[in-house]
Amino acid sequence: MAENNGTTIIVMSGDMDRVMAAFNIAIGAASMGKETNMFFTFWGLKAIQKGNFTGKSFFGRMMGFMNRGGINRIGPSQFNFWGIGRWMFKQMMKNHKITPLEELRKTALELGVKLMPCQMSMEVMEIKAEDLIPGVEESCGVATMLERADRSKQTLFI
Amino acid sequence: MAEELKIVTTLDLKGLVCPIPIVKVNQAIKNVQVGEAIEAFATDPGVLGDIPAWSKTTGNELVKMERVDKNFRFVIRRLK
Repeated sequence: MAENNGTTIIVMSGDMDRVMAAFNIAIGAASMGKETNMFFTFWGLKAIQKGNFTGKSFFGRMMGFMNRGGINRIGPSQFNFWGIGRWMFKQMMKNHKITPLEELRKTALELGVKLMPCQMSMEVMEIKAEDLIPGVEESCGVATMLERADRSKQTLFI
Repeated sequence: MAEELKIVTTLDLKGLVCPIPIVKVNQAIKNVQVGEAIEAFATDPGVLGDIPAWSKTTGNELVKMERVDKNFRFVIRRLK
C-alpha cells in the first residue's frame, strides 16, 4: 500500500443518503488499494450503533430515545416524512437492486476500512463502546483523525 | 498484442451496481497471477467509466471494453 495515498472520510451526518454516499466512497477507495478510514462523529455515530436505547442521564436517555441509532433506522436528509420517506427509499433501492446500507457497511469492514468512532461525541451523547457494532476501532479524537488525514490524499467531510 | 492473453477468471457482475463491480474486480484480480487476466460481464453503465478509472489507479491494464448483446464485457490483465 502506497504511503500518503489513503482516503479519510469524516461522517458527521446521520442521514441515510449521506451515510450511503460515505460508505460507497469508502468501499470504492478500499477497492482501489487505498488505506481507508471513516471517522464517525456526532449524528454520524448512528451509522455504527447497534440500535439499542442509549444514555444514562435524563437528557442522555431522551437523546437516545429521540435520536435512536442503528443503520436501518436512519432516514434520508429530505422527504423523510417521519419514516415514510425512509421506507419509500428502501423500497426504491430494492427495486433497483441497490446494495442496502447494512451490507455496504459489512463490505467496508471486510475490505479493511477502519470505522473510527469519535470519543467526544460518544461522551456528549452518552453512547458507550458496547452500543456500537462489533468491528469498529477504539474510539479516538481529533488528533487521530488528523494523523490519518495526513496520510491521505483525500479527506472528505460528509 | 504479441503474447497470448490468458483469461483465468470470468466474473458475472450482471445486475450489480456501484460500487460492487469494482469490489468484485478487485477481489478477483488478487486471485490471479501477474500477467494473467480476468474477464467480466456487467450491466451497469457505470462500469464504462469506473473500470478504466480503477485500472488506472491500481496499475492494472484494461485490455478490452466492449458491448456484448446487452452487457458490457471487459478484460483486465494483472500487472502487479
